[in-house]
Amino acid sequence: MLPKIPIGHWVDLLVIWATNNLIPLFNVIVVVINFMVSSITYLLLLPHPLVIIFIFLLLVWFLTNRKTAIGTAFGLLLIYDLNIWEPSMETLAMVISATIVALVFGVPLGIWTARSDTAHKAIMPVLDFMQTMPPFVYLIPAVFFFGIGTVPGLIATVVFAMPPAIRLTGLGIRQVPVELVEAAEAFGSTQMQKLVKVQLPVAMPTIMAGVNQCIMLSLSMVVIVAMIGAGGLGKEVLRGIQRLDVPTGFEGGLAIVVIAIILDRITQNLSKKGK
Amino acid sequence: MAKVIVENLIKIFGDHPERAMKMLQEGKSKEEILQKTKNTVGVFNVSFHVNAGEIFVLMGLSGSGKSTLLRCINRLIEPTSGKVIIDGEKITGMEEKKLREVRRRKLGMVFQRFALFPHRTVLDNVAFGLEVQGLEREERYEKARRVLEVVGLKEWEDSMPAQLSGGMQQRVGLARALASDPDILLMDEAFSALDPLIRKGMQDELLSLQASLNKTIIFVTHDLDEALKIGDRIALMKDGAIIQIGTPEQILIKPANEYVEKFVEDVDMSKVLTAEGVMKKPDAVITPKDGPRQAMRRMRENGISSIFVVSRDRRLAGLVMAEDALRAVEEQKESLDDIIIRDTPRVSPDTPVADLIPLVAETKYPIAVVNDQNVLLGIIVRGSVLAGMVRKGDNDDFVT
Repeated sequence: MLPKIPIGHWVDLLVIWATNNLIPLFNVIVVVINFMVSSITYLLLLPHPLVIIFIFLLLVWFLTNRKTAIGTAFGLLLIYDLNIWEPSMETLAMVISATIVALVFGVPLGIWTARSDTAHKAIMPVLDFMQTMPPFVYLIPAVFFFGIGTVPGLIATVVFAMPPAIRLTGLGIRQVPVELVEAAEAFGSTQMQKLVKVQLPVAMPTIMAGVNQCIMLSLSMVVIVAMIGAGGLGKEVLRGIQRLDVPTGFEGGLAIVVIAIILDRITQNLSKKGK
Repeated sequence: MAKVIVENLIKIFGDHPERAMKMLQEGKSKEEILQKTKNTVGVFNVSFHVNAGEIFVLMGLSGSGKSTLLRCINRLIEPTSGKVIIDGEKITGMEEKKLREVRRRKLGMVFQRFALFPHRTVLDNVAFGLEVQGLEREERYEKARRVLEVVGLKEWEDSMPAQLSGGMQQRVGLARALASDPDILLMDEAFSALDPLIRKGMQDELLSLQASLNKTIIFVTHDLDEALKIGDRIALMKDGAIIQIGTPEQILIKPANEYVEKFVEDVDMSKVLTAEGVMKKPDAVITPKDGPRQAMRRMRENGISSIFVVSRDRRLAGLVMAEDALRAVEEQKESLDDIIIRDTPRVSPDTPVADLIPLVAETKYPIAVVNDQNVLLGIIVRGSVLAGMVRKGDNDDFVT
């Protein structure tokens, strides 16, 4: 018999070490994320739901087109009607926060993988790992580091949702035609000018596809992170499961679908407009 | 004056250029180097210079290294060894910041597939070079509009590149390269992606633009007809090396080796050869002071049936035919005044042979080749046109 390699034990040691030594860092993260999520939630819940629906109607109309805007308004009205407005807005706030955090880290990492083959080779396997490891597994260390509640849920969501943002940003930039990059250089662009004036704009449709994927994956984590105490629609669905309460579970699930469709249409239309 | 000088330039693609370099110095072939080191020799030991105001064509089949060589000049591709000098300044080894300055001020580039930025309007594309230089919006738009007018696309400034036809897109590409008023234009297969008819139009336009702008142009092409048409000089490349550099006529008339010979085999000589290339030197001429008797004697000496009359500074006065001179001698006339024919056909030295042929067919006189000052440079008779077309003929007859 082969002796068992104690991988699990090593990871355990690492987690214990991090819990003991990185607490100040984790506390900062908790404060920042808590502030972000709660302020977005606060803003979404501050005015009357109909006002929010109207604002969304105008915003989406301005950003995309009339059809998407009207669809958005109807979807939100349905959620309002189902009487789960508050958890829905909490979930929306979490998804928005998770996406922002994922993009803040994901886009620069994506740019880095596009510029350096070494970075590309180093980061890609990590992304494979992040995406294929069952997301439940992240929950345990997340709870160790950040306690229970919204913050560990959001961290786990970010870990799961970030890979496509990195991948598609890198892919988009690598796919910019060589001649365009050469043109930028031939006219004397600095590295930064090349990136900002040529590579990022040309890669924008692909990057937006990454943003879209990132949002969809965040939404898919909503119910899972409810198990470690994150609020929102996930909690509704989880309650439905625990009590075998079909109406609650279904309505919660339906609201998630509505939010998913709205966000998907907005980002897809944005990326089409980018072309 | 040499504007661009390239000396012993070598470009090797691969991980171990040092090993490949060593094998090159030992005289190993490209194939052997590829097999042993997995390195490709892109450009091999190329030297040439380009004069100010000249259109210099790098010509060769695909894979001959011509585009690589062009990119070594502005260091889009970093040469492995050798020197590139522009206006006396060494470009190779220049630090990044200075190189950027040179690219911004001195070098414009035009690409095969236009390489317009799809997310920018025509105006913003043209203004790109000025934008990276840090010019204010108004100033760069003003300059860009002026260049757009030159290429005839003034009304299209707010369009996106995708809305334009291929020919128009390449005009935008040309305008973008001209916007910062560089001395040197690098044109990489600039017209190769265009339809034949539009390509021809663009070539003509480039030539007429060049007549007023007088840039130094390095033009890469795989199309021999294009090279012959626009090139002041042509460098013919094969396997990364330059095989021959010369004017279009030199390349056609005196191919350096069999490869060049095969390459130029199918060229329609009548379009490329000019009057200068097929004319004979005017050895036998007389001056207006000479009489009919002298004219007769010179014609008899040279075995010709007509003779050109030139003043002492070799300006063409006219032509005397043998039968007229004979009659004048019989009538005992002293002067040529009565028999000199003053309206014989005259052409300039750069007239293509294609245009000479109808002229030769129509007239019974030999054709005089004269320059702007009406100085007689050469004579064209029926035979010399034919001899010129059969290029392997007696090369001594040609002024090359």
